[in-house]
Amino acid sequence: MSFPLPEPTPLSQPYWDALKNGRLTFQRCRHCGHAWLPPRAECPECLAAEWDWTVASGKGRVISWVIYHHAYHEAFKEKLPYNVTLVELDEGPRLITNIVNPDAGLKAERPAKLKIEDEHGVALARFALV
Amino acid sequence: MRGKYAIAGIGHTKFGRLPGRGTVSMNVEACRNALADAGIEKSAVDALFVKVPTSKYSSMYGQTLAEAMRLQPKVGGVWDQGGATTISMISFACMAIDAGQCEVAIVCLADDPKTGTRQAYEKAWGDDGAYGWFSVAAGYGLTMQRHMAEYGTKPQQFGEIAVAVRNHGANNPHAALRVPLTLDKYMESPFIIEPLKRDDICLVSDGAAAVVVMSEKRAKELGVKAPVKILGFGQGQTSYDVPLRPVLTETMAKASAQTAYKMAGLAPKDIDVAQIYDCYTIAVMMTLEDYGFCKKGDGGKWVEGGRVAAGGELPINTSGGLLSETGMPGLQLVMEGVRQMRGTSVNQVKDAETCVVSNQGGIMTTHSTLILGH
Repeated sequence: MSFPLPEPTPLSQPYWDALKNGRLTFQRCRHCGHAWLPPRAECPECLAAEWDWTVASGKGRVISWVIYHHAYHEAFKEKLPYNVTLVELDEGPRLITNIVNPDAGLKAERPAKLKIEDEHGVALARFALV
Repeated sequence: MRGKYAIAGIGHTKFGRLPGRGTVSMNVEACRNALADAGIEKSAVDALFVKVPTSKYSSMYGQTLAEAMRLQPKVGGVWDQGGATTISMISFACMAIDAGQCEVAIVCLADDPKTGTRQAYEKAWGDDGAYGWFSVAAGYGLTMQRHMAEYGTKPQQFGEIAVAVRNHGANNPHAALRVPLTLDKYMESPFIIEPLKRDDICLVSDGAAAVVVMSEKRAKELGVKAPVKILGFGQGQTSYDVPLRPVLTETMAKASAQTAYKMAGLAPKDIDVAQIYDCYTIAVMMTLEDYGFCKKGDGGKWVEGGRVAAGGELPINTSGGLLSETGMPGLQLVMEGVRQMRGTSVNQVKDAETCVVSNQGGIMTTHSTLILGH
């Protein structure tokens, strides 16, 4: 079974292109300044349609995590057990990610730093505990 | 509206594996049984509220079912809040009757994720599938981990919930799973998505259930034997995906309960027995907190010592809930609430006069509350 790669849309393509070029980006509203991920066409706070892609510092912290002991997709069988972690960026947006060094001690509120990694030819925004 | 409307009848199919039946057939059987329990003719029914089957979406399903029962409802259709749907539909039925739109409503649901497809519960969450982010269970796991981190909640405390509910189910001849559980066995139960153990997770079951809703006055006119009064109801929708939820351990369950308590004129201390949506033990823990039985974060300590088991201060899920009776999304809890108020539960709480029932859907995304009583 093929690896479940992202399926970029015209809206999300810039996000994936930026990761390929080593930058994690998020959207920021030109009207109210709200910052968000995942990509959407309107600001979920003030509903305006004018916003900009903004480069993230890559600094964040762990909100929570799980460790899969069961694969829901053939492609993840060889990765078991693996973590999926929720990280909040210093700028506010949150993303689902993997921690590349979980043995350093996964803990809520622990700081983490962006570590972009290749997965089947696609750049993913993973994080390392610091 | 307090006490003005009632659940007049309840009915269900067998729970577990029902291969090849299809949801329409299962719904019809449950409706037939609910009408028989109410002791009324089908011709009295003029409204039909159905939960859309989660496993296999079907357009205008409410009318498909109405046709299968040769009904022409004045009010009808499907509602979709996942597991919160049925209590919400019961409240909409009461409001529709109160507004003079109809007189007697059937509220029902059927699904067959056991022998059909459970794809809806196991799929990837969009592009995050590339990180291995799959399944509904994982969202509950993420919430459970945060509850443990924030409040020091221990695995054994989630085990208290699983043990109480599974043992209630073991006593119920209709339950799909009748195997009792001990705390030791719970602790040995393997991780599926850590911190979720196998025994934190509900069953996957085929089946259908239905209830008949009407006014107390109409129930008297029709000679209904054991109508159970609806004292209050409420709803609350969190509508943020788990990763986007500002505080992972808070949902709109609290708002839902407050609306219901206010309508019923009751407080948590007035509740004798509870049926709490137990798709995962973390959902029960958070609902007990949000319903005001204890402070936010104190759920772990509060459930210790058999407090939610039969004979405890607040027995929950006395027919086995989603963990043992059937994985069906919610209506079994309403039916057990009705049985407790009628005094016919297999784990009857002595002199129980009030029962709170919670329904919730998605990953604690939607919530609805029902208070039944004398």
